[in-house]
This record gives sequence, C-alpha cells and structure tokens, in this order.
Amino acid sequence: MSFKATFRIALDALLRNRARSLLTMLGVIIGVAAVIITVAIGSGARDSVQKQIEGLGSNLIVVMPGSVTQGGARTGAGGASTLTPDDGIAIAKLPGVAAVSPSVTVRSQVVAGGNNWQTTITGVAPTYTFIRNWSIVSGQFFSQNDVYSANKVAVLGQTVVQNLFPDGSSPIGQTIIAKGVPFTVVGTLKAMGQSGTGQDQDDTILIPYTSAMQRLTGSTTVSTLMVSAAGPDSVQPAQTAITTLLEQRHHIVPPQQDDFTVRNLQDIASAASSTGAVLEFLLAGVAAVSLVVGGIGIMNIMLVSVTERTREIGLRMSVGARGATILRQFLAESIMLSTVGGVLGVCVGIFVTLLIALIAKWPMAVSVYGVFFSVFFSALVGIFFGYYPARKAAQLRPIEALRFE
Amino acid sequence: MEPVVYTKDLQKIYDLGGGGRVAALGGVDLKINSGEFVAVMGPSGSGKSTFMHIVGLLDEPTSGIYRFEGSDVSTLSADERADIRSRRLGFVFQSYNLLSRTTALENAELPMIYSGVPEADRHRIALEKLAIVGVDSLRDHAPNQMSGGQQQRVAIARSLVNNPGLILADEPTGALDTKSSKEVMELFTHLNKEQGITILLVTHEPDVAAYAKRVITFRDGHVISDRLQDEKVAA
Repeated sequence: MSFKATFRIALDALLRNRARSLLTMLGVIIGVAAVIITVAIGSGARDSVQKQIEGLGSNLIVVMPGSVTQGGARTGAGGASTLTPDDGIAIAKLPGVAAVSPSVTVRSQVVAGGNNWQTTITGVAPTYTFIRNWSIVSGQFFSQNDVYSANKVAVLGQTVVQNLFPDGSSPIGQTIIAKGVPFTVVGTLKAMGQSGTGQDQDDTILIPYTSAMQRLTGSTTVSTLMVSAAGPDSVQPAQTAITTLLEQRHHIVPPQQDDFTVRNLQDIASAASSTGAVLEFLLAGVAAVSLVVGGIGIMNIMLVSVTERTREIGLRMSVGARGATILRQFLAESIMLSTVGGVLGVCVGIFVTLLIALIAKWPMAVSVYGVFFSVFFSALVGIFFGYYPARKAAQLRPIEALRFE
Repeated sequence: MEPVVYTKDLQKIYDLGGGGRVAALGGVDLKINSGEFVAVMGPSGSGKSTFMHIVGLLDEPTSGIYRFEGSDVSTLSADERADIRSRRLGFVFQSYNLLSRTTALENAELPMIYSGVPEADRHRIALEKLAIVGVDSLRDHAPNQMSGGQQQRVAIARSLVNNPGLILADEPTGALDTKSSKEVMELFTHLNKEQGITILLVTHEPDVAAYAKRVITFRDGHVISDRLQDEKVAA
C-alpha cells in the first residue's frame, strides 16, 4: 500500500474523531510549547548576559596587582601596589596588544558651584575610551599631552553631569573641585546605563592618570592596567606575553608567586554563558518530560482506539490488509497526532514567547534549534509511543477481530 | 478445470488445555467448482463457520489439504493468506462491517486500496459494482444513512471489486427483514447466474439455503449431507 494511501486512511481516522484527536494532541502541544518557551527564556537570559559582558569592552584584558601579606594577613587580589605606568608602556609594545591604559581609582566628594556629589574618579590614558568601547557625547576627551603635563582636566559621566549641573547647563569649561584640586571639564561621556553587575557606569569622572597619581593619590603605582588585545584570537597570546613580561620586569622567578594577576573578560563571559547553557538544558529537560507525558497520552488513546476499532481492523484484514499494513496505518496515526501536535505546540510556544517578551519585557530568543529539536522529538515520541498499540493491532487474528463485540 | 475449493481430510482441532481437545472439523473432503452456488447449513457448533473461515483463509487448518484454485494454501504465512484474500476472495458478513462515517463509494473501494489498484481505477470499478448491486445512487451516503438491505448491498459490491474467484457470505441475511433478505438472496442468485460468480454461503435458515444450487449440511465437524437441488423446488 502506498505512503499516500496510508496517510489518507490515518488522516480520515483522525478526522472521524476530531475532538479526541485534538485532546490527544493537547499533551504534545503543551509539551512542545513548554520546551520552546523555556528554551527561549533561557537563551534570552544568556544573550543578555553575553551582551552586557561584551559591553564592558571587546578583547579586554585586566592586569591587577596580586595580594601581599602584611603581618600574616593576606590582602587578596589587588592589595599589592606593584603595577606602574611604565609596566603599561612596556605592555603596549607587545605584539597582539592594541591599547593599554592605566587605571587609578579614587573615591571622592566632588563640588561644582553649589552642588556636590560623591563619585569615583578614575585616572586613565586617552586610550581608555577605545578599550572600554565608550564614546564622548560633548566636548572632547583629554589628550596625551594632558597626560604628559598632568593637566587638571576631567571628562564626566552622565550621572555626574546630572548631579553637579542639575539646571541642564553645559558642564564644558566649568570647574569642578575634588579633594581641593580644581579640574576643568573638557567633555562628557555618552550614557552607558548599568553594567552587567548592576553598577551605574555613568557615575564616573575620568581624568589623566598622571594627574590622579600626582594630585589625588600621591602614589607611584596604579590600581589596574586595562589592555585591549588586537582581536579575539590575540587575547590568549597577549595574556601569556603580558605575564612573561611582567615576571621579567618584576624579577619574579619560580617558585616565587606572581605579584599580579592577568584576567580576560572572555573567561568571565564563557563562564557566564556556560552557566546559562546548563540552566537552559535543565529547563529543556523539564519541558521534555512533559512531552514524554504527552506521548504516554497518545499511547493511551491509541490503545483505546485499537480496542474500539477491533472489528474495523478485522474487516481490513479480511479484505486483504497485511499485519504490517495495519501497523503502518496506526503508526501513521500516532505520528500524525504527535507531529501536528508538535507544530501546533511550536506555534503556541512562539506566540506565548512573544507575549511574555512584550508584556514582561523579558529578553526572549526563540531558538531555531529548539524548534527543530522539539518537532523532531515529538515525531519520535509518536513513533515510540505509537508502536506498542500499532503492533497490538497488527497482531490481531482476523477472525477474532471480526467476532469482537 | 481445477475446482475453486478442494479439501482432503481437512481438520481443525482446538486445544482446550489440560489435555482436552475438541475437533471443530473432523476430516472434511469437499470440492467446489467454479460457478457453483453452495449453501452450508448446520446447527451452531457444527463446524460450518470454522469451515468457512478456513476456506476464506482467515484461519488455518490443523491438518489436511486445502487447495484454493489449484494451489495448496494449507500452510501459508499470515501475509500470504492476506494477499490471496485481497486478490481472490470476497467477504460478506452478517453485520455488514462497513466503515462508519465513510461513504458507500469509499467502503466499496477499500479492498482495492490493499490490492494496489490505482486511485482513478478504484472510483470507476467501485461505481461499476455499486451499480450492479443497485445502490449507485447512494454512493455518498454513510452507513447510518442507509437501510440494512442497502448496507448489505454495499458490502456485496465491496466483495466484488477485486473480481474474486469466490465470495464467502456468512449469514448475510441474519440481520435483515424478510423483504430485504429476499432481495439480497435474489442479488446473489443473479450474480451467480449472470456473472458466473462462485458463492459459498453459510446459513442456518432453510429459506435462504433454498436459493443455492447445492446444499452441504454439517454436524459435529462432519459433512452429513451434500445434495444438489432443483431451482424450481427452491423457488
């Protein structure tokens, strides 16, 4: 018997019991929709974490001082004061390094006219905006000359602008005072919103690192060195080269421990995304269980259907249907139930996903992979759970089936 | 010419378990030639239904020889039996056994789906046979929109579509009123006489058996009488 005829007979049988077919499919519809929705939530969350991490700056490598032991107490990473601007200049000459900026962080009360605000002042090089992927919205960034001469110039983040200049007047050319030192505002940064860890990235003031060291901290070392690798592929080699270089410059020989740490954001990003992947997998697993339950529903109804249609099976056999033909027919019915249920489930899933994205403003991403997986899996469920009832039908003996009341 | 049905010492023994056995057929020797119209009679439990099921290849004998249209079919596999049923046998049942919520035309087409007749031919042949049994005007009616007699006619049309060598009718008038019974039996007589179709009919009603040309009576798994009857006597 042809595939088309099998398909037709199965379709007719299903259409003869519309309500039952629909109710049977409901299990699969809900199961597949659940898979689509949970995967969408999972990958949506992962995407947004990924995006935030990328927002920190591409190919970023952070060099931090290591820990020091003071009176038996270890300070933890960043506790030591071992990194100097010269280390940064040496790193900048390494192959695979696109830009380096020292970073000196000071928390201070800042005054402008009648307003004051506590914020973080970071001393950086002009390359910093490139490294962090930040941009200037008004005025300009300070120059390398400002760094050489340790000029008292500053670039403000938008939160600082709003708090120090609440009347909306342009801060460019205005003077702000931090720790008694007056700085001239030369530019403002474009608003960047919250960072991946929930910090307000706009609550910042950038000044030349030389000015920060000489006028604010009075220190010869920097908090961190921010390095941008030339490309994603040069992150790892650059990281290794930086480690080797700094070990030489700091005269560290094994088994002495490095007095600095080199970390790249890709490590952090991949850690975050693998966490997301595990979560996604878990959610999909839970949803897959409901798909299996839907499959059991199909098996249940198909068994009832086989019993109910015993005489029909007997008749089909008496007019010449082979056991294998009967098997294919019932299998076709269950596969159609599960596949149509799967496709409807995908529609419901996508619809609900879009609805959630729209109403709850939750980042959602319908994964094509998830759609194909769940349709394929539901067809598989149809074969798996349809086989037993179909085999039961195929093994009926024609005379007994015909006599069945 | 080979007989359509030839049996030699045909036996069907049911094992009841615990050593008990019952012989539904205790060695039947029969020959049915092409063009015959045979009625098989006998009380319940006489073995007439078992005989029909074996002849119709719905069941297999425990021992003995059964040759259908000259070839030995006593030891065929289930699939081989299905193929012969599909191509060479037609069945008519007491309860019609039409598919519910399916039109007369589609019901009549059913055996051709399994014997692999192309779709275009299926319609034509089914309509042709529905016309022969006189229900072509009901082609789009489902069984529940037809009388018992009409349903049985559709069932007879269904048994004809593959041009079988033998039609097996199991109590075909058992569920019909007198008038419909008469019409159905006249239809069988017509098919036998005009189209030369071989018919084996199982019944326990003498009025029905009277339409046949030959009456075989079973009792306790054996043939106890096998006689030809004059059509005039029957009428």
